[in-house]
Amino acid sequence: MSTIPGVVAINTFREAVRDRVLYNLIFFALMMISASILVGEISIGISRLVIINLGLSAISIFGLIMAIFIGVGLVSKEIEKRTLYTLLSKPVRRWEFLVGKFGGLLLTLTVNTALMTLGLAAALFYVSGNFLRADVSILVAVYFILLELALVTALALFFSCFSSPMLSTLFTLGIYVAGIFSKDIRDIGILTLNPVMQAAARVLYYVLPNFHNFNAITAAAHGESIPVSLIWQNTAYAGLYVALVLIGASAVFSGRNLK
Amino acid sequence: MSGQSHTRSLGFALIAIPILFLAIAWLQTRIDVETRTIAQQKEELLLRSGPLLKKLSLGYDSLLADIYWTRAVQYYGGRVGNAGEKFELLWPLLDITTSLDPKLIVAYRFGAIFLSEPAPMGADRADLAVELVKRGVAANPDDWRLDSDLGFLYYWHLKNYPEASAAYLEASKKKDGPVLMKMMAAEVAAKGNSFSASTAIWSEIYDTAQDPAVKKNAFQHLQSLQAQQDLLALDKYAEDYRRRNGRYPTTTRELYESGVLSGVPLDPAGIAYIFGSDGKAQLDPNSSVILDKPSKRSPR
Amino acid sequence: MGTPAIEIEGLTKDYAVGFWRKRMRRSLDNLTLQVQEGEAFGFLGPNGAGKTTTLKLLMSLIFPTAGTARVRGRSIDNVRMHREIGYLPEQPYFYDYLTARELLDYYARLFGYPAIERRQRVTRFLEHVGLADAGDVQLRKFSKGMLQRVGIAQAIIHDPQVVFLDEPMSGLDPVGRREVRDIILDLKRQGRTVFFSTHILSDAEMLCDRVAVLLGGKLQGVGAPGEIVSMEVYGMEIFFEMRAGSSLPTALAGHAARIGERYRVEVQEEQLYSALEQLRSCEARILSVTPRRPTLEDYFLKLVARDKAAAHPAGESAR
Repeated sequence: MSTIPGVVAINTFREAVRDRVLYNLIFFALMMISASILVGEISIGISRLVIINLGLSAISIFGLIMAIFIGVGLVSKEIEKRTLYTLLSKPVRRWEFLVGKFGGLLLTLTVNTALMTLGLAAALFYVSGNFLRADVSILVAVYFILLELALVTALALFFSCFSSPMLSTLFTLGIYVAGIFSKDIRDIGILTLNPVMQAAARVLYYVLPNFHNFNAITAAAHGESIPVSLIWQNTAYAGLYVALVLIGASAVFSGRNLK
Repeated sequence: MSGQSHTRSLGFALIAIPILFLAIAWLQTRIDVETRTIAQQKEELLLRSGPLLKKLSLGYDSLLADIYWTRAVQYYGGRVGNAGEKFELLWPLLDITTSLDPKLIVAYRFGAIFLSEPAPMGADRADLAVELVKRGVAANPDDWRLDSDLGFLYYWHLKNYPEASAAYLEASKKKDGPVLMKMMAAEVAAKGNSFSASTAIWSEIYDTAQDPAVKKNAFQHLQSLQAQQDLLALDKYAEDYRRRNGRYPTTTRELYESGVLSGVPLDPAGIAYIFGSDGKAQLDPNSSVILDKPSKRSPR
Repeated sequence: MGTPAIEIEGLTKDYAVGFWRKRMRRSLDNLTLQVQEGEAFGFLGPNGAGKTTTLKLLMSLIFPTAGTARVRGRSIDNVRMHREIGYLPEQPYFYDYLTARELLDYYARLFGYPAIERRQRVTRFLEHVGLADAGDVQLRKFSKGMLQRVGIAQAIIHDPQVVFLDEPMSGLDPVGRREVRDIILDLKRQGRTVFFSTHILSDAEMLCDRVAVLLGGKLQGVGAPGEIVSMEVYGMEIFFEMRAGSSLPTALAGHAARIGERYRVEVQEEQLYSALEQLRSCEARILSVTPRRPTLEDYFLKLVARDKAAAHPAGESAR
């Protein structure tokens, strides 16, 4: 296995840091601080719940915005600025470039998410003065968010291999929303009582990335334990789906003429 | 158009992608099983406020309402018949659905059925059903069916005959409101708990229902009503028989052979009624007819 | 001589054009070419002739409609081929959030050099292209000429045997061009093959062992700059100054032109000595004697004129 994806990934991470991508953490910190102060005033008894819900939701939303908006520019920016020309004249295969770009953004998102999780922990400690054993499920919820972000990043990268950043954003958002509601698509299909529609809805249900799988925010807020089997199943699901999308992206991108 | 390396990666993708999709679908079935058990431990609805959701839906509230309605139906359908099921999320789901789209008549009508039916066929919350339908009437003042449903809830589940009569009367006044509604209002007001009023209402539901489940439900109620009337009549004949012969009949055949009846009466499922040791007529245990729970026959 | 450094066989590239991508435009037509090891090879042609297309095809940035190419015996499809080549794209642009040193280090990493060697190489090549002092400046602050030098440094950071340069001298001031010329001559001295495209002919005449001329996607000729252009001399050019008070020899008076204090006269090759004799007799000071030959420029202009003439009666040349 070559080390090239790693080299590209580190550089992508460095680009994100130098482009001040991590500045979003300031907004996150401000939000958590004001929430921590306000939550004691307005909601008695459920302040822990509010902080966890708010923190995890923000981690997810901030991450999604980064994954989509940076993800769709990963490839197109390098083509547009022709930095890819010099890179591909080196012994770099196109799939190695894609995997490196994916890895770089995932690394960025992981660092970003880890820092936000620290912020959430600090706010939680400020509000409730302690950590509970059940708070472990917050970490699981964060891990699930990361899996979700990995999948979104891969999709954004895939679309940006053959369409403009604008269209890629639309496609990625579309798939994301459809992936959240995939269960409902299946259920609507079942309600139609039309066997063709039912079959189509079922196929769609299994083909679309199911983002519903990764939602453990509520469980975390209520301190419920998340079964270990679900953790590995979700990990495998995200891993396989990311692999699938990246293979598809490589197949498309390897044949693309770079104008 | 392409080099060798591209042909190779395309071939690899063509093989790998279907395999990965199969693996993913298999994993999804496993995850579905896993999350279902979690969902049963504790049910949650992230946003319970319909008006808030309406704002968050960015104008796509009716689409969102359809999605929530689908969820409500799925929720009900997945739990109906489970002993001890409380349908805790049914009301919030219906509440959100109708807040998002107040014109979604189907949500009021079927929602009321899901809420009002006694366990395990429903949430046994006729009070919430009344609230839901009243809301529907307020938002859709021209639809007589909602008034009719309201009348039914008062009549059948709550046994509040004056309110039921008023609702039916209201239904009869609306545009397209059938004459039957006025008759129903009169009947319900006059007799209260009567078989003829009940039968008329259930027949109406049976005739107009389009959902097969609702139709079946109405049919069962009609069968039950028929059987209850038969049983009452048989009790009376049994009393006559006792007066004449000094004992209760043991079978309906005895009533026929002694000339009290001109035939052997069958229940709506086509099975002969039987007599218990107390001399009261009963359904044969093998009969498919289900009697509505609160028996209208007073114990002796 | 062994395997040629570059072998191009029937390389053709069609681009789909138009909204429905139905029409095809041929930007490179059946190019066949060989470049030997150690040659400095000039790839000449006006803008739009297909030079950049050829280089992009060789780099596998785009894929040929037909034809193949090998570099040092390896197919251009083979990623290992890229260990032995360097490439400078036209008007290069780099990650502008990096410093020159970081950028070169990044590229060096792709070749898997250990940290110490990377540092040595980066320093050496920064010096080589005259950027030793600008190594820690972010590339967004670089001028065009500096970027070009960074581009050359990245193309040769791994000591490639074959170097492809796309318009390495465009957009540079005379000093910059001189420096790039020196770098190319240096590479040639080290026995490397340099394949560069240019539309500036004097550069090619000065640097190249051989040149190829491309026009409208078609190869027009290959050879030493002198072969391509006929070596036939069509005149001798003499510059001279007259002493004060003396007058022009009568034989030359008719066609000498005065430029400031100097005179210029053009004569047939066989009349050169008699002309010089006459100038000596009136004590003129000879400044220079140059044979007048057709230049690549002339060749080029002639080709363009011929192409236009051929294209016009036939109408649209697109396929």
